Amino acid sequence: MAKGPELPARKGANTPGLSLHVPEPRFRPGDAVDFGHVDVGAPGRLSRPEESCHPRELHEHAYGLVRVLGDDNRAHGPWDPRLDADTLRAMLGHMALTRAFDERMFRGQRQGKTSFYMKCTGEEATSISAAMALAADDMVFPSYRQQGILIVRGYPLVEMINQIYSNKGDKLKGRQLPIMYSSREKSFFTISGNLATQTPQAVGWAMASAIKGDSRIAATWVGEGSTAEGDFHSACTFATVYNAPVILNVVNNQWAISSFSGFAGSERTTFAARALGYGLAGLRVDGNDALACYAAERWAANRARANAGPTLIEFFTYRAEGHSTSDDPAQYRSATEGSDWPLGDPINRLKNHLIAIGEWDEDRQAAMDREAAEKVRATTKEAEANGILGHGLHHPFRTMFEDVFEDLPWHLKEQAQQAVKEREIKWPGSLDT
Amino acid sequence: MAWESRHVSALAEVHEAATDRRLNMIEAINEALAIMLERDPDVIVMGEDVGYFGGVFRATAGLQERFGKNRVFDTPISECGIIAAAVGMGAYGLRPVPEIQFADYIYPGLDQLISEAARLRYRSAGEFIAPMTVRSPFGGGIFGGQTHSQSPEAIFTHVAGLKTVIPATPHDAKGLLIAAIEDNDPVIFFEPKRIYNGPFSGYYDKPVEPWKRHPDSAVPEGYYRVPLGKARTVREGEALTVLAYGTMVHVAEAVCRAKGVDADILDLRTLVPLDIEAIEASVRKTGRCLIVHEATRTSGFGAELSALVTERCFYHLEAPVERVTGFDTPYPHSLEWAYFPGPIRIGEAIDKILSE
Repeated sequence: MAKGPELPARKGANTPGLSLHVPEPRFRPGDAVDFGHVDVGAPGRLSRPEESCHPRELHEHAYGLVRVLGDDNRAHGPWDPRLDADTLRAMLGHMALTRAFDERMFRGQRQGKTSFYMKCTGEEATSISAAMALAADDMVFPSYRQQGILIVRGYPLVEMINQIYSNKGDKLKGRQLPIMYSSREKSFFTISGNLATQTPQAVGWAMASAIKGDSRIAATWVGEGSTAEGDFHSACTFATVYNAPVILNVVNNQWAISSFSGFAGSERTTFAARALGYGLAGLRVDGNDALACYAAERWAANRARANAGPTLIEFFTYRAEGHSTSDDPAQYRSATEGSDWPLGDPINRLKNHLIAIGEWDEDRQAAMDREAAEKVRATTKEAEANGILGHGLHHPFRTMFEDVFEDLPWHLKEQAQQAVKEREIKWPGSLDT
Repeated sequence: MAWESRHVSALAEVHEAATDRRLNMIEAINEALAIMLERDPDVIVMGEDVGYFGGVFRATAGLQERFGKNRVFDTPISECGIIAAAVGMGAYGLRPVPEIQFADYIYPGLDQLISEAARLRYRSAGEFIAPMTVRSPFGGGIFGGQTHSQSPEAIFTHVAGLKTVIPATPHDAKGLLIAAIEDNDPVIFFEPKRIYNGPFSGYYDKPVEPWKRHPDSAVPEGYYRVPLGKARTVREGEALTVLAYGTMVHVAEAVCRAKGVDADILDLRTLVPLDIEAIEASVRKTGRCLIVHEATRTSGFGAELSALVTERCFYHLEAPVERVTGFDTPYPHSLEWAYFPGPIRIGEAIDKILSE
């Protein structure tokens, strides 16, 4: 080993030595969980300032928690969006369908039908209620756990499954890791897989919309762990500098694979409070409260659409399952965290609210869940007719070279010939279709 | 045939009508931006200091006043944010032309260029594209030290989905920039800043020659394109092929002139897509090939060129392919001209190739 520079002898031996703080989550596997330190506040407590307010009026909203649904299953306070029962039932339906879809796709991965899947269990409201608060043609720049947006916008389930299976029906031609959807038609930006890159892109889209005098706004979602990326700082800076019509949603689900939110700074402050330093509006919201999620996103959308400025929303929630099919959370966190989470489950809470106001019952819920599971099952069969990953029904070899550029340059033409030749050697006489 | 008489003007290739208008490279770039801002309402120009001030090299001078702050504006000092915003604007339908003030500053934006802009069309199967042109002054020779002198083109040519364009004359700077802006793929447009004001011969101790005496400073008015992927024959010759781009086109030409070498000099103009046909035709004719670039040597674009020439023209070669490049060190401030691949290094390589 090369000899490094010599360290100087320690000076000031009469002062205490410095120590490095490495964050450590409260609970590890086997630990009893007590979330008593999490101050969730009372539903209805926080005011609902004017949408055009100055960000400094939102100090309490950035450190506290905007909540609507109480333990009594009733809506409380000024953030109650006062949605009609049909809208609430539709919201519940989207959430149930998303959960059923996640269950089925996760199982499909375990059955070897694809390589990878990511559930959003416990976080459904942060995408579904938020998406319902936007206009259908507002542009969204999601991270990888917002499948709920596509469900809300009516994107065909079969297209989602084709993408997950990378089969011959996959509109993305089998190029992307499962769940990295793209739908220009549904104003849903192509999911990257690189973290936080979409946040400043959303700001750029919003700037373009403002340059053109459009009325559409942009919204982006990023995990709390990824707020540590420089891209997030760029997004906040550009958003505030140009007063861009954009909503920056931070989904704080407490865990970034095995790293708890402390590694993104949550031991010292909230993610919503980041907004204050930038001069952005900041709201911290109970992410398991579908009504609060809707109300906050609508507040921010109205603000953006009125040229009153961007908003950073922290959805305070909990990742009830593993990061992905490749992850086993039992290795690094206590198994009871999910069930002990002080803000419950978003689907149960919305269901209980609808029941409490006399607009729903357990039988109808059970029927809806059955219907969702059946719809997913039937659509899965439909998608499987197009093939599953690794079973030959992929796109032709030549498509690998398309869309690198608008036109195929000579070097890619040569390489495509080589790929087709290799295919012919492996499967003589079969057509590359 | 006399040396000078075999210089091929870019003008003759692309235009019928000659012109007496003489512009330097900055003026040509400024004109290209103005023309595209005028022609296409979706073109926007942004970058650090490009707005009111008009850019540290004056490339955007007067554009904000003429086209307004919605079309030409300053940005925060955030190359990541600039490129990312351009990705988002492209997804909206705009055609952004961001400026990165120096190529040496482009690295904070690399993830947005490499992982995002370059792959948007591919990963979305054509649903979203990144039709941006990233302009950036590059290269040394202005005493810029190690943070204002680099030539990082090979980083970008290595990335699938990016085009890399480097003009060497005012005429080409205008035509290539217009073609780049109109291109639907992301283009890295490196401007050799040493030759913004005059074609540099490599003899740094001699007075700077202004562009107006160079035939390729004749820049026609109005709109024209120089297509991406087409090399320019600077000079026709039989003795050896010289492959160069940017500043080194002029340095190589000056060395060949001084030595009286009947070189076939190609200005590659775009590295991706590369004009392989022109390269092959020239090397098959001369049987000898010299590659010149200012960037560091190891894994430089010269390595790619050398491999291509060897793979495709091996049986026509009468001597090993030679590379003349910058040294594999950071660009030093006081020893700038010791680093620079100047006349001595190029001359030695030519002698070696011709002696085989």
